[in-house]
Amino acid sequence: MDSFLYILALAGIKLGIVFTLVLLAAAALVYLERRIAGIIQDRLGPNRTGPFGLLQPFADVTKLLMKEDIVPEAANKKIHGIAPIITLGVAFVVYAVIPFGDYILINGEKIYMGLATAPDINIGILFILAMTSVGIYGITLAGWSSNNKYSLIGGLRSAAQMVSYEIAMGLALVGVVMLTGSFGLSDIVRHQDGWLWNIFTQPLGFIIFLTASFAEMNRTPFDLPEADAELVGGYNTEYSGMKFGMFFLAEYANMATSSAIIALVYLGGWTLPVPAETLGLEDGSVLLGLAQFVTFIVKIFAMTIFIIWVRWSIPRFRYDQLMHLGWKILLPLGLINLVLTAVGIKIFA
Amino acid sequence: MTLEIISFVVFALLAIASALLVITAKHPVVSAMSMIFHFFMLAGLYLTLSAQFIAVMQVMVYAGAIMVLVVFAIMLLNLGDEGKLRSGFNFRKLVAWFLGGALAVQIAVLLSNGALSNTAISEKASELGTAQVIGGELFTNYIYPIEIVGILLFAAIVGAIYMAKKNLPTEE
Repeated sequence: MDSFLYILALAGIKLGIVFTLVLLAAAALVYLERRIAGIIQDRLGPNRTGPFGLLQPFADVTKLLMKEDIVPEAANKKIHGIAPIITLGVAFVVYAVIPFGDYILINGEKIYMGLATAPDINIGILFILAMTSVGIYGITLAGWSSNNKYSLIGGLRSAAQMVSYEIAMGLALVGVVMLTGSFGLSDIVRHQDGWLWNIFTQPLGFIIFLTASFAEMNRTPFDLPEADAELVGGYNTEYSGMKFGMFFLAEYANMATSSAIIALVYLGGWTLPVPAETLGLEDGSVLLGLAQFVTFIVKIFAMTIFIIWVRWSIPRFRYDQLMHLGWKILLPLGLINLVLTAVGIKIFA
Repeated sequence: MTLEIISFVVFALLAIASALLVITAKHPVVSAMSMIFHFFMLAGLYLTLSAQFIAVMQVMVYAGAIMVLVVFAIMLLNLGDEGKLRSGFNFRKLVAWFLGGALAVQIAVLLSNGALSNTAISEKASELGTAQVIGGELFTNYIYPIEIVGILLFAAIVGAIYMAKKNLPTEE
């Protein structure tokens, strides 16, 4: 059963499921964001399209699709078109290494619940870091190719911000890797089984990673690349129609991705709150797989709600404050966390 | 046809195509983008050789860090008039032709010798490509070189900070 076609078919089916899930999640997040913003600001939010306004995201997408796609006369047309594709592509590619659960047995064949067919890719975390560093290009090129000063400033800000916070992010993850002894995401999740979540063993690392995630997502309080009040719309000022829609979609897909990574690395991922034996679920049964999947999704959902909550509660940082926080506070804290983890492992293990 | 061969051919062809685009593209940003794409294809080639750690590091360091600086430089300097830079025959071109020819002859000789025909991946390769093995080697057998590299990088950082601070107005 290890033939080329089998691998291809399996990957294709998984790809279809994951893409559908991410797109649905992005639509749900747009709706949630607007409704939660409404609640926080003591108003209703969109509630007219469909029951409770649930069809609002689909109406939004339809509107974006029908709008005229305007490319500025002075823009670099080719790169102007490629930039949103890069941004959205990178947001999706990260799912290649995210495990949605352990494995399920179908006809005695182990099927891993994740896009990667080999479960022991030992580089999951490094892959995610590599992809976040590549994600800079989409926004930077969008800003540059638009040939607009606001776009350019937005693009440059985003690049500087992401390069700065990547370091703190990487350092925070090193602590987790030291505890687990592996770069593999499945190994990291298995290591947290039985409520041994990394948020308890690595509280400082969790705070650093969470803060850096906000910066990497370009979300408030770190949404300087698109600071509406100073830069019109930042890097996406000159984008309209579905090209703008792709940036918009990428923002929410990135939110789901970041939440998934935080849930995997710090919140125990798909490990069940009670041991599988007490529930009477066998290793590799479809029910156990479903239970793990649901646990994971609930954690992602809780995390995204938190991210939305932060956006509507905390005002935007100033640019120098952002750089100060990244280089002078988070980076030293990351190093301290590293030393503490090393000492802790030496004492307790 | 196995999966390895198919993916190798795809990655190799795309790598060559993007490498050609790097030197033929009219616009420097397009060149830079094709170079980033090329690094991705190289990473794919490393993966077909079971060198997963090097593959990811390739993307992280070259595509993620170094090329960001290149793209930054191109954008801020706003290079666009490469047409004016075109020059006729010069000595450099001659050297380039000579070196390229020498490389082509070398590859041709190697290929006809059959030195490259035995390229089956050994069982050990997949074990050697992991981060654990590479880290273990670096911090045992190659501890002195890695410490020296560390000192060198530290000196470079100190130097960079000194140069960046030199032009700042003194606070008084």
